[in-house]
Amino acid sequence: MIGFASYAFFFLTTALSYAIICLGLNLQWGQTGLFNVGVAGFVGIGAYASALLTTPATDAHLMGWGLPIAAGWLGAMLVSGTASALIGFATLRLRSDYLAITTFGVAVTIHLIALNAQRLTGGPYGIAFIPRPFNEVADRPLLFNGLNLALVAALTFVLYIASERLVRSPWGRVLRAIREDERAAASLGKSPSLYRLQAFALGGAVMGLGGALQAHFIGFIAPDNYLSSLTFLVWTMLIIGGSGNNRGAILGGVLVWALWSASGVAIGAIVPAEQQARAAALKIVAVGVFLALALLLRPRGLIGERTVVSRHLDE
Amino acid sequence: MNLQFLADGILTGAMIGLGAIGVTLTYSILRFANFAHGEFIAWGAYLALGVASASGWLVAGAAIPIGPLSFGWGLVLALLIAMPLTGLLALALDWALFARLRDKASSITVVMASFGASMALRNLLEFLFTSRPAYFSRELQIAIRLGWGVRVTADQLALVALTAILVISLNLVLSRTQIGRSMRAVSENRALARVAGVDVDHVVRVTWLIGGALACASGVMIGLVVQIRPFMGFDMLLPLFAAAILGGIGSIPGALMGGLVVGIAEALSAATVGAEWRAAAAFVLLIGILLIRPAGLFGARE
Amino acid sequence: MSAALAVTDLVAGYDPGVPIVNGASLTVAAGEIVAVLGPNGAGKSTLIKAIAGVTPVQSGSVFLGEEDITRLPAHRMVRHGLAFVPQTENIFTGLSVEDNLLLAAGILKPTERAGRIAEIYRFFPDLARQRRLAAGRLSGGQRQMAAIARALIVAPRVLMLDEPSAGLSPKLVEGVFARLAEIRAHGVAIVLVEQNARAALAIADRGLILVEGRERHEGRASELWGDPRVAELYLGGVRA
Repeated sequence: MIGFASYAFFFLTTALSYAIICLGLNLQWGQTGLFNVGVAGFVGIGAYASALLTTPATDAHLMGWGLPIAAGWLGAMLVSGTASALIGFATLRLRSDYLAITTFGVAVTIHLIALNAQRLTGGPYGIAFIPRPFNEVADRPLLFNGLNLALVAALTFVLYIASERLVRSPWGRVLRAIREDERAAASLGKSPSLYRLQAFALGGAVMGLGGALQAHFIGFIAPDNYLSSLTFLVWTMLIIGGSGNNRGAILGGVLVWALWSASGVAIGAIVPAEQQARAAALKIVAVGVFLALALLLRPRGLIGERTVVSRHLDE
Repeated sequence: MNLQFLADGILTGAMIGLGAIGVTLTYSILRFANFAHGEFIAWGAYLALGVASASGWLVAGAAIPIGPLSFGWGLVLALLIAMPLTGLLALALDWALFARLRDKASSITVVMASFGASMALRNLLEFLFTSRPAYFSRELQIAIRLGWGVRVTADQLALVALTAILVISLNLVLSRTQIGRSMRAVSENRALARVAGVDVDHVVRVTWLIGGALACASGVMIGLVVQIRPFMGFDMLLPLFAAAILGGIGSIPGALMGGLVVGIAEALSAATVGAEWRAAAAFVLLIGILLIRPAGLFGARE
Repeated sequence: MSAALAVTDLVAGYDPGVPIVNGASLTVAAGEIVAVLGPNGAGKSTLIKAIAGVTPVQSGSVFLGEEDITRLPAHRMVRHGLAFVPQTENIFTGLSVEDNLLLAAGILKPTERAGRIAEIYRFFPDLARQRRLAAGRLSGGQRQMAAIARALIVAPRVLMLDEPSAGLSPKLVEGVFARLAEIRAHGVAIVLVEQNARAALAIADRGLILVEGRERHEGRASELWGDPRVAELYLGGVRA
């Protein structure tokens, strides 16, 4: 029973870390209509930044400054947010597809750097010994997992409240106005590029934080954690949960992660070892079809956006 | 300086260019960046592999190399059959997914759907064929010396010639035929094209067929000079987009030139910085062009 | 005499709840120019766009002679002999003048195309001289001529133009309208949507004043021109 509770805590911790990434994506896509195909890249930036800041000094990779975990997480947000701002600066004034293409390039390039800049990132071996929160009680799994869950749940709650307040603030209304009708918003003297840039950078920072959290809960990262299948999974979470709605983002994160890990467990148990790679591929096919069906049949997700679009900007 | 990188770059550039033409066509006529285009390259290669193996089973001698080339007429036949098949695959995907979203959703939703479709198609290949690489031919080729330290194989020369033939024919179709004029018209102004009597749905179908067929040719080329893997198309995606944007969206010669630029930049970075960094060359070019001249180097219009 | 184009009680607009054209009717005979006038936002453009199949039609009917062409897709309208010249972006600027004409000739039999284009060039000699030029490089007046030429390629029974005078100098407007009068002489029925009421009524046979999506006044062009109620509409007496 304790084993089960401990596992449930661990599962929820991971699920909520995805929910946080979804909140970041929701800020970019749901509120602002910016299509980021490089979620994995920005999550990876956060994970690597925090890992490099907090791990003890080592020969395996550069930095290793041994900073406190909180400093790592702040650093992760800062680096991911800055990277997002730079990408946004280069592409947000152009057609929306160019942002998609460029962020895709970011993810590919980040993976390449993680894999090949061995002196900085540890290369294919990744980075180990990332300090875990509450490591002092790691020998008591229930307490350890419970404390971690409490921490990530608190963070999710704070981010949720902050996102909700942003949505309702004048700033959030301008964002949605830009998403609905860019010219009308621009005619009111709001610079669409600047607002988009802010939303994109902020969303990127939140994703980076999500990546850092995951890195610290697991204690080890490697380049292949940050492939396009991660981007794809996060997108599916947001679309299923309901883009434009922060509660939908959290719900989608938990629900899709549950399905994803349950099917992973099922494949591990049922499919013979030599066929598991194939089964895993089939699993992604299924999610791809699922995402396509969701887009076709229920584009608003489980909890769609409440219509709070500011009518006064429609004139 | 050893000019081998130039020869390698031109060959890579030809493969990128053929794929980028499909990207630029769908982008300018259907108005969305198709993330599934790389999968047409991979599926094209596997379809050709299937036909080539079948021809080898059915007819003795289909796999016997032609002259100095590494492949037999079975592969030529396979290319001719797999090209329209890949076009049909593109058409089927449009029918099942994109067409249904195009009318009711924003264009960026279609981009997202193409991203999902690319994951599904790629992993379906991995499910069917596993990630183990496959080859059209295991014949070894003796390289021909061209001087200045440049060595090329007969296959490579044949593939560059194939690219030239395909691109020139496509350009003739676009500039001289009614369907070509219709495609240019739809890419410039879809609403006016309708008013002028152009059946836009027909133009869209032809666009998918052409894009899919050229992607298949590109996939067969990659399969011949590198190898066939489920991820081969995905790895091409960034170079394809970079080439299409470099060349100016909508421009066929631009896409080919963009492909050559990206190909040569990749080969140059492989020769100087290291082969593991070649994929970053496309990204650097992409960011550079977006910052300096987003309309592309060869694009005529904004 | 049966009308070349007969529109009855047309309701149209992108949002079915908010029709922009709201029960408009209109008939045009062969060899007749009907000017559709009205204040800004009256639905003039939407009316001919709906007839041409560009804007969705909610109810009402459009007959071309005896044929019901209501809700045919835009690209099929041309095949039935209804040609439409939009107000802006009415030629393909990236295509040469000749390619613009060849494109439009696509619905003719291949053997007829060259002959028809030669005819059009005789009618618009300026365009013949510029046939290799990208249409985007034509001057404003020539552009409008090229757009009309593009529409005439298919020898339409009905030609509809959306504000052909927009952005042109009075002298050029005169030239364009003189061409329309010649086209009328060939028996084509013409629907002319115009802001420039003076120029339009000067060549039109009949006029139609559209207000809030339906016709308010209708009559002979000369009568409308003198009608004080019409003048009042244009001078801002009535809310647009």
